Amino acid sequence: MDSVLEVNGTTMDFGGLRALHAVDLQVRQGEIVALIGPNGAGKTTFFNCVTGIYDPTEGDIFISPPGGKRRRINGIKINRAAELGMARTFQNVRLFPNMTVLENVMIGRHCRAKAGVLGAIFRGWDTRREEQEIVDHSYEILVKIGLADQVDELAKNLPYGAQRRLEIARAMATEPFLLLLDEPAAGMNPRETEALEELIVQIRDEEKISILMIEHDMKIVMSISDRIFVLDYGEKIAEGTPAEIRENPVVIKAYLGEDVNA
Amino acid sequence: MKALSEFKKALIISLWFMLLTFPIMVIRVNTIEKVVEWRWRNMAFIGIGSFLLSFVWRYLLGRKEKGRKLAEAGSVEARPFSRRLLDEPRIYRPALAAVTLFAVAFPFLFSSYQTNIMTTALMYVMLGLGLNIVVGLAGLLDLGYVAFYAVGAYSYALLNHHFGLGFWAILPVGALLGVLFGILLGFPVLRLRGDYLAIVTLGFGEIIRLILENWNEFSFGPSGIANIPRPGLFGIQMSLNEATIYLYFLMIALCLFTIFVVNRLQDSRIGRAWIALREDEVACQAMGIDKTKTKLTAFALGATWAGMVGVIFAAKTTFINPASFTFLESAMILSIVVLGGMGSIIGVILGAFILILTPEYLRAFSNYRMLLFGTTMVLMMVFRPQGIVTNVRRIYKFRARGRDGEPSQA
Repeated sequence: MDSVLEVNGTTMDFGGLRALHAVDLQVRQGEIVALIGPNGAGKTTFFNCVTGIYDPTEGDIFISPPGGKRRRINGIKINRAAELGMARTFQNVRLFPNMTVLENVMIGRHCRAKAGVLGAIFRGWDTRREEQEIVDHSYEILVKIGLADQVDELAKNLPYGAQRRLEIARAMATEPFLLLLDEPAAGMNPRETEALEELIVQIRDEEKISILMIEHDMKIVMSISDRIFVLDYGEKIAEGTPAEIRENPVVIKAYLGEDVNA
Repeated sequence: MKALSEFKKALIISLWFMLLTFPIMVIRVNTIEKVVEWRWRNMAFIGIGSFLLSFVWRYLLGRKEKGRKLAEAGSVEARPFSRRLLDEPRIYRPALAAVTLFAVAFPFLFSSYQTNIMTTALMYVMLGLGLNIVVGLAGLLDLGYVAFYAVGAYSYALLNHHFGLGFWAILPVGALLGVLFGILLGFPVLRLRGDYLAIVTLGFGEIIRLILENWNEFSFGPSGIANIPRPGLFGIQMSLNEATIYLYFLMIALCLFTIFVVNRLQDSRIGRAWIALREDEVACQAMGIDKTKTKLTAFALGATWAGMVGVIFAAKTTFINPASFTFLESAMILSIVVLGGMGSIIGVILGAFILILTPEYLRAFSNYRMLLFGTTMVLMMVFRPQGIVTNVRRIYKFRARGRDGEPSQA
């Protein structure tokens, strides 16, 4: 199978605490994969391992970008992960609050441009063209995401739902092959969640970007994911299609507790 | 109702002050006639004075609060007044012309003493703009900026002393040494931020100064280096007055150069990376920005200007010793940046002029000038913590927009 992301037996220890224990996970090209589990199950830790924020204690993480070579990416620098084509959003929105919406997205273009200090000072025509390309491309992304009329607004002045969308726009600007969304629907109202659902599917279908998302909102998880992985206490307890996961007794137990007679 | 409660608060404050100052302002023991004088009139003055002051203070605070609420509600135009002034071509064009004219005519209108002060102020403009890159844009609190200034000054003094190199040869060397020392400082502090970074940079500044003070064989210690030549101009002999004027224009040119470069840097891919780094370090890295490279360029490009100004400083004063490069100097440059408005070029220029020229021209108030200076700073920080001129984000033009920057559709 053509997996774009392949995680084999990843373990992450923090001192004596084992946050992840031998987790396997694959994301195939063009898939929407959801990672679910109760609070503290290690989902965000998993994201941090994949995007280079943590270096996993054991195990291997491989990526194979479409049309690129398969490579092991354990413990690479965070910015390298983005350069290689993995972009993420954060559980607590982490925008650049005092920059405009457009500039936030332009930062995402940073790693795809190359003007250096001298280029910035002399501003020759290739630098100008590159700048204009950054602006135009960023604007196009904002049109797709639906933030085109708030281009010059400061990011901190956007409503919460829009901030989450902007984070996705910024991540898309890095031209990823894999988008990692950490609880994209958190704090959104039902209408916003619905729009987000459409957006995620649209990103997958039109931009051909595979998606791995952590989400607590079961409605969105069940309706758009192709496959679901369930983590509990740092271990993978189940994987499968939404229908399989819904029926899985282990998952039900993990979510509802031991004593429930269901 | 609100006015009444404000009135009450002011009244309580004035009563409190009357009580506090009672022993020193009212009672006086006349030791010669051995009687106690009761100066009740002083108490009345204190009471009325503190009442009025606290009333004005509360009024201003209230206005500030109201302004903030309005801004949050979005009913006030987002662009601040100062920015609207700057954007209006009918205002800024004549203003720019007037400033240029004034700058050109200045040394011929005023004494060389005044020109000297102006040159100093311009030097601080450059220093402020340099530190602005590190503190204002990249958000790295650097309390040892004066170290780069010292490096520049000593590189001119020493290279001139030992090898007889001239000002123009050393000016770029000073800048390069600034870059080198910027990177040298940058490496160990890559992982630090906030208070920790401030302390380490403060230490760095002190290390450089202590080395200069104690390594006699190298830097001639506290006695410093004298007889540093002034900048030359194709070997033309200049009188002291002419040299002062020459240095003034040289400084103007260098300031314009600095403004040009810093402005370009700020509006570039690198400038945006600096600001992103200031705003959120983790998110910035996750978007593919190399933290190491970005931080080091900020330190290096910030230090460049200090290195250059250092060379000019040595040439201007013709004598340097480590006492010119104390922490107080770093604090002064930092105040320029903070007072002027972090990240704003115009703000930093204004800040430098205010902070350097005010103490000079307040000499008339002799004893009170530092008090006035301090009061101004405190008032500034209470009522305009974002600085004189706030940095406003740029509006970009793109295909879907017309020339006027407005969306052509929608």
